[in-house]
Amino acid sequence: MIAVRGLAHRYGETQALRLAEWKVAQGERWLVLGPSGCGKTTLLHVLAGLIRPTEGEVEVSGETLRNLEGARLDRWRASTVGIVLQALHLVKHLSVRDNLRLAQYLAQVPQDDARISDTLGALGVAAKGARRPSELSQGEQQRVAIARAVVNRPKVLLADEPTANLDDAAAARVVDLLSEQAARHGATLVVATHDARVKGKFRERLEL
Amino acid sequence: MLSLVLLALGVATITLLVLVVSQLEERMHRDARSIDLVVGAKGSPMQLILSGIYHLDAPTGNIPLSSVQLLAKNRMVKRAIPLALGDSWKSYRIVGAPKEYPQHYGAEVQSGRLHDKPMEAVLGSEVAARTGVAVGGTFAGAHGVGGEGQEHAEAPYTVVGILAKTNSVLDRLVLTSIESVWQVHEEHQGPQDEADRKALEEAREVTVLLIQYASPLAAAMLPRQINSQSELQAASPAYETARLFRIVGVGVEALRAFALILMLAAGLSVFIALYTALEERRYELAVMRTLGASRGKLFGLLVMEGVVLALLGALTGLALGHALASILGAWLESQQQYPVTGLAWRPEEFWVLGVALAVGLVAALLPAVRAYRTDVSRTLAQG
Repeated sequence: MIAVRGLAHRYGETQALRLAEWKVAQGERWLVLGPSGCGKTTLLHVLAGLIRPTEGEVEVSGETLRNLEGARLDRWRASTVGIVLQALHLVKHLSVRDNLRLAQYLAQVPQDDARISDTLGALGVAAKGARRPSELSQGEQQRVAIARAVVNRPKVLLADEPTANLDDAAAARVVDLLSEQAARHGATLVVATHDARVKGKFRERLEL
Repeated sequence: MLSLVLLALGVATITLLVLVVSQLEERMHRDARSIDLVVGAKGSPMQLILSGIYHLDAPTGNIPLSSVQLLAKNRMVKRAIPLALGDSWKSYRIVGAPKEYPQHYGAEVQSGRLHDKPMEAVLGSEVAARTGVAVGGTFAGAHGVGGEGQEHAEAPYTVVGILAKTNSVLDRLVLTSIESVWQVHEEHQGPQDEADRKALEEAREVTVLLIQYASPLAAAMLPRQINSQSELQAASPAYETARLFRIVGVGVEALRAFALILMLAAGLSVFIALYTALEERRYELAVMRTLGASRGKLFGLLVMEGVVLALLGALTGLALGHALASILGAWLESQQQYPVTGLAWRPEEFWVLGVALAVGLVAALLPAVRAYRTDVSRTLAQG
């Protein structure tokens, strides 16, 4: 599902990431652990095709990312990868439902309100569909961000520091939600975190 | 919002100018159609045209009937229509004219008939509508063209007909025979014996003579021939109207330049708004990339925003321009001036719309290029 060989990435002279080999099977749940600046976010961006690595080969869901460029890479990302960002970045002037509609529009999939309702319902925020992100609690926003990441049924779900700034209970709940959603859609889950509280959540761990 | 207001004001100003100038030009050309020369008393040639054709200014004076009769027989003249001016009713001018005058404008009688005898009057459509006087009604003219002069109560007119709307100067006129005008003024001079009457008849005058040339050669010869006579003046409507529009045109061009500056300022404002918003929305744009939006799509979205802003401003401006033209038209109509309507659409307005959209497009280009070049990974890492 994910295969990484001889991966390295530099920002100018700065070595940001080095990973000799890593293999992830379909449906597995992984934690990518390490202190700030060790390259966790860079690895997720490489897996999402947002960064072309300086060295190495990366294969995700049967595609060698080096072979994809421009609009083809964007289409692949839209259909294959769902990303939950640390700062969430929901579009603030759109309602919750419209944030999910936007994800469908940008992925060029037909608008499917039933799927949006189903996704919001599974995350316990179906009643918040008409609200704007600013009208939601932090926890609710987190659920909407997860809903947006999974609404197009991605094969790979990536989450970057999803538990930062959350209390213990909320942190555990978010990781559980991600795990549930990945399982529900048969997606592979990769969570990058430096949060020691969630270390025991998944069996598979990559230390950077 | 500021961008919208500026663009709307610029578009509204240009639209208003387009509507007013084009309608005035069209109307003035229609009123002067097939009239090659206007002959009247010495004075300002433009005043002669404005009073003789458009009935907007005071006449330059009167000219002897004998000179007019002589001129009408000139072989270079195909048609000559004398007009006797000087009186008005409720600020509508009373024009003493033969039947060829309404026929010249293709006028049709809506009710009643054309005047046959002295002291019979035919009302233009606007005069009838605004005064409410019907066929069979009577009125007394007043001396002068402004309607404030002494009333000729001793010589009332009887309305015998009302003209259908012609969209020409006729709509604002009261037509009667030239003899009526003479009769009103001769009776005004008190009791007369036979000798007085004969003297008055010999001294009869008209105000202007509208001439249509018999041949193109007449254009070169007739005005010079007439202007060489000490008591007559000939003025070309085409030349004087063009001169009028050149004079007025300076102001129109200044307003047009001002409106263009407003539109350019609006373009700059759209640019600043989009560019500033881009800084605020860089995370949003980066997230859209993670959701699968291509660089081209972000570029297109930003350009579309600029164009939609410009379209909204332009449509608001067009609506405002037409509304202002309607208000101006209503005011001009109440002043018995040339009517202007806001309900007309001019092809030039497509150009105005096009220019406004181009302004929005150009203003959005740089922000769109910046959105295109967004480094998603770096932006997200900063957020």
